[in-house]
Amino acid sequence: MTTPFYVSPQQAMADRADYARKGIARGRSVVVLTYADGILFVAENYSRALHKISEIYDRIAFAAVGKYNEFENLRIGGVRYADIRGYSYARNDVTARGLANVYAQTLGTIFSSGGEKPYEVELIVAEVGAAPEDDQIYRLTYDGSVADEHNYVAMGGNVEQITDQLKRRHREGLSLEDALKVAVDALSRDGVGEKRSITASQLEVATLDRTRPQQRKFKRLVGGQLTRLLGEAESAGEAAEEGAAEAAPGTAPEAGEE
Amino acid sequence: MEANTRGTGRLPAAFLTPGSSSFAEFLDAYRPELLPARRTPPLQPVTIEAPHGTTIVTATFEGGVVMAGDRRATMGNLIAQRDIEKVFPADEYSVVGIAGTAGLAVEMVRLFQVELEHYEKIEGTTLSLEGKANRLSQMIRGNLGMAMQGLAVVPLFAGFDVDGGVGRIFSYDVTGGRSEEHGFHAVGSGSLFARGALKKLYRSDLDADGIVQVCIQALYDAADDDSATGGPDLTRRIFPVVTLVTEDGIRRLSSDEVGAIVRTVVNARMDAPDGPTAPLT
Repeated sequence: MTTPFYVSPQQAMADRADYARKGIARGRSVVVLTYADGILFVAENYSRALHKISEIYDRIAFAAVGKYNEFENLRIGGVRYADIRGYSYARNDVTARGLANVYAQTLGTIFSSGGEKPYEVELIVAEVGAAPEDDQIYRLTYDGSVADEHNYVAMGGNVEQITDQLKRRHREGLSLEDALKVAVDALSRDGVGEKRSITASQLEVATLDRTRPQQRKFKRLVGGQLTRLLGEAESAGEAAEEGAAEAAPGTAPEAGEE
Repeated sequence: MEANTRGTGRLPAAFLTPGSSSFAEFLDAYRPELLPARRTPPLQPVTIEAPHGTTIVTATFEGGVVMAGDRRATMGNLIAQRDIEKVFPADEYSVVGIAGTAGLAVEMVRLFQVELEHYEKIEGTTLSLEGKANRLSQMIRGNLGMAMQGLAVVPLFAGFDVDGGVGRIFSYDVTGGRSEEHGFHAVGSGSLFARGALKKLYRSDLDADGIVQVCIQALYDAADDDSATGGPDLTRRIFPVVTLVTEDGIRRLSSDEVGAIVRTVVNARMDAPDGPTAPLT
């Protein structure tokens, strides 16, 4: 008869964490940051059909990195949770905090149960408030820990470098164009600090815009609109570097193809 | 809430099971008691009076569709509510108006709204207008037992067909039978009078403003001859709910906008109480 090897609980957990962390680091990154009118989500994503960023509810959106089937499962679970809650109570009773808690419990139990493999995902649940100070961003990791983030957060791929970039460039009350510029710049730094160029077709971009008149604040920025914004971001960035500080928000210049 | 109180507080397995993108089907599996269709109809016809919604009118124009509803709910001979809203946005491009038992109808609309939104979020794309109309049909069919005991719900559905670029109207009967209407339609107790007015006033070359005016005239005529339909209440400033669906999405006209049109209509009726007349030939 064979005797099973003794594996200390510390070792078992460390192995599981390692496994999940490696899976997550393999993917491309997602950046979430606040801007004057809400929260901006930018992901490097070559697929048109498989989204990393999605709407959960009126003011709540979801972003994820890692294994697609796993976070897609969690996303659908989240939409069902939000819709059933909103249907049986009221739309205002669906909150990012509640959803983050449920996700945390879900990820946590899966992580510490011996029977299932840990999910190789990291999630962000964000809720846009009526004013910038009411915006909430929660980051959830594979083991179910929740971090309450402020202003900006990055996950997946090359996190340290991207976060570093965001830390240096992000300010409160950025315009949408500037925020997009900051996000894309941060994403385009690869491991050794070299800058790659990322085009509109490689990006998935969405906002939770508190100024949107509709009840549902989530909006994807696609096609011409995104190209235009990126073009504007380009010129606004140059202007800022030259010292002509503030780009006028709210105006919509026609020009700006890449 | 349910997700937090079962087991470890993690999302129940049903939430994480891939499958249907229909909210109603998910409810049916997970919380069937929340579904209106699962309710047991009363064994006897209902004699107690439940508030009833009354007249809804709708008409298409080049580039969209307008739906308007009066504001009265009645309970037998009584006015149960004078400012009820019976026209609701179903989603960004469609609108649903309700006549019949108000309580059940409002619940059906709520479920319908979540159903469309849920599908959109899960699938990442919207249902076709026809698909939405069929979904509503199934919900009405689910209420058949109630309808047979006197608690009928008869909605009217209209929307902008993004693929075809036109406004379309769908009407229903209590058994869920669906038919597409062309030009205009009305449901509810005052619908006979409203439809008569629409028939004489509707022209397919009218623009959005013209159609809104036609709808208000039709509602006025319905209120004129049907005691269960409320006319515009100038003293309390309670005006019909008027919703416009175009390529740009759905827009509910503000109370001021509707008020202005209502005043013109009412002023004209001071001289001609029966409203505008149609030529004989």
